[in-house]
Amino acid sequence: MPEITREEVAHLARLSRLALEDAELDALAAQLDVILGAVAQISQVTEAADVPPTTHAVPLENVTRPDVVRPSLDRDTVLAAAPAAEDGRFRVPRILDAE
Amino acid sequence: MSEPAVPYAEALREFEPVIGLETHVELGTASKMFCGCDASFGAEPNTHTCPVCLGLPGALPVVNARAIESTVRIGLALHCDIASWCRFARKNYFYPDMPKNFQTSQYDEPLCTDGYLDVEVPVEGGTAETVRIPIERVHLEEDTGKSLHVGGATGRIHGASHSLVDYNRAGIPLVEIVTKPVAGTGARPAEVAKAYVTELRDVLRGLGVSDVRMEQGSLRCDVNVSLNPPGAPWGTRSETKNVNSLRSVERAVRSEVERQAARLRAGQRIVQETRHFHEDSGLSTSGRSKEEATDYRYFPEPDLVPVAPDPEWVAELRADLPEAPSVLRRRQIGSLGLSELDSAAMVNAGALDLVLATVAAGAPAAEARNWWLGPLAQAANAGGVEPADLPITPDQVARVVAIVAEGSLTPGLARQVVEGVLAGEGGPDQVIRARGLAVVSDEGVLAAAVDEALAASPDAADKVRSGKVAAVGALVGAVMKATRGQADATVVRRLLLERLGVSE
Ligand SMILES: [Zn+2]
Repeated sequence: MPEITREEVAHLARLSRLALEDAELDALAAQLDVILGAVAQISQVTEAADVPPTTHAVPLENVTRPDVVRPSLDRDTVLAAAPAAEDGRFRVPRILDAE
Repeated sequence: MSEPAVPYAEALREFEPVIGLETHVELGTASKMFCGCDASFGAEPNTHTCPVCLGLPGALPVVNARAIESTVRIGLALHCDIASWCRFARKNYFYPDMPKNFQTSQYDEPLCTDGYLDVEVPVEGGTAETVRIPIERVHLEEDTGKSLHVGGATGRIHGASHSLVDYNRAGIPLVEIVTKPVAGTGARPAEVAKAYVTELRDVLRGLGVSDVRMEQGSLRCDVNVSLNPPGAPWGTRSETKNVNSLRSVERAVRSEVERQAARLRAGQRIVQETRHFHEDSGLSTSGRSKEEATDYRYFPEPDLVPVAPDPEWVAELRADLPEAPSVLRRRQIGSLGLSELDSAAMVNAGALDLVLATVAAGAPAAEARNWWLGPLAQAANAGGVEPADLPITPDQVARVVAIVAEGSLTPGLARQVVEGVLAGEGGPDQVIRARGLAVVSDEGVLAAAVDEALAASPDAADKVRSGKVAAVGALVGAVMKATRGQADATVVRRLLLERLGVSE
């Protein structure tokens, strides 16, 4: 049965760029544990019944489109939706701990 | 900040290398991987974007059929097994080069697996040896946007105040080709790595699936290297990113072998990390420690349905594959009528295609070979570039050869013309006009130089008069020098002998 630790929640929060308080970590660890427990129960049932895992509700394969260029959006419209833009580009805060 | 290093050859006498290469190639499709945005290079920033490639809410990606076909063809050309059923996966990470906050990739179900590529690696003596590079997987994903870092030192992240992002490249189909670890390369891991990427580039070019231009980033490499003492288990590997030219692939392996050997020799351990290659110095610097794959929280992409290539269709693609570049090369070399040693030298120098193109433009094979393996190979070496990147075309070389054959240029002048073309002074005819480089065979013009040469070297003149005709060579040389190589040597020789009253 799953037993998710406080450290694992803190790690996931960091990967997801969520700032969580210490108290929230404890609360979320307990909640996530319940969710994972529920998922594990479903897994038990499907394994027993030999049901393969599915990622889609619709039984489709090979849905493709031809390699044809279609019009893109107008740049001004696109950049107007951005928090900041400069020289026709999206302006983003400097990236820390990347190099 | 360069780290201690043990010279390459010495390092490889002491340790055994294991290398691995991850190559990313941008497919040359007309549209992007999951949307209809134009995938061509060089447009104004952010003019090729739409709700799908910007990851706007509610947008639904649809797979580009051509990208699947190209990837299967790459897999087949690399002798891979083609999956009968596979899925895309989300690779989650937060970095502004992906507006979606995830990259659509493939994880545990790649489209192609378990192949190989045979490459020819130069050996001492000028010939080549075939090395089989095992391929682990070929999978399909999407490229990321391009960041411009502002406020720091020239485009580096370090010290930047902010970044500007262009998403034209985000979503362009990208194929990742991963080798298995390659052991047993002995004293030549860097040469093997370069030969592999070169051959892979030729395979991709032959398939017509990409323009494979490393300088534009449509072919990029990550290079893994580890060292171990002879017979010991494999060492810890580092991964050097940003390796964006054939020459750099070789330099990156070389510098990493040298760096790791120094650490191991000093009893230090190798850190498993990502390193960044710097084109200017040929060295790499430490980057972040490598994330665990679990940190990317891969899961099957819910917005895309599985891909299940029809075996009959795959068989058709297999039957339609073009001739492998190695086979084609052998046939072309045969057509040139040059020796095997010459052929190996041309392949090693990356000059075979150039020689073939020069021959196609009308030059005799031997002349084309002499230019590309001689002065042009030297110029490429001096400039630290591949011969193909020199600012001279095979057509221009063929034109120079033709002008020499007509008798309007001496070999010495031809060299000056080529120097002018390499210096950006224009095409051969333009350089000849601008520099005034034409053979002077007018006897009136040459007479003065001939008289001067005779006056300056009475000893040589006497020798010739006394019957040692070979001594005239020094006098011809003096006239050639005085006329900056423009004199017609045959005319000069005849004039000299006439003046000296000697006949042959
Ligand atoms: Zn788009």
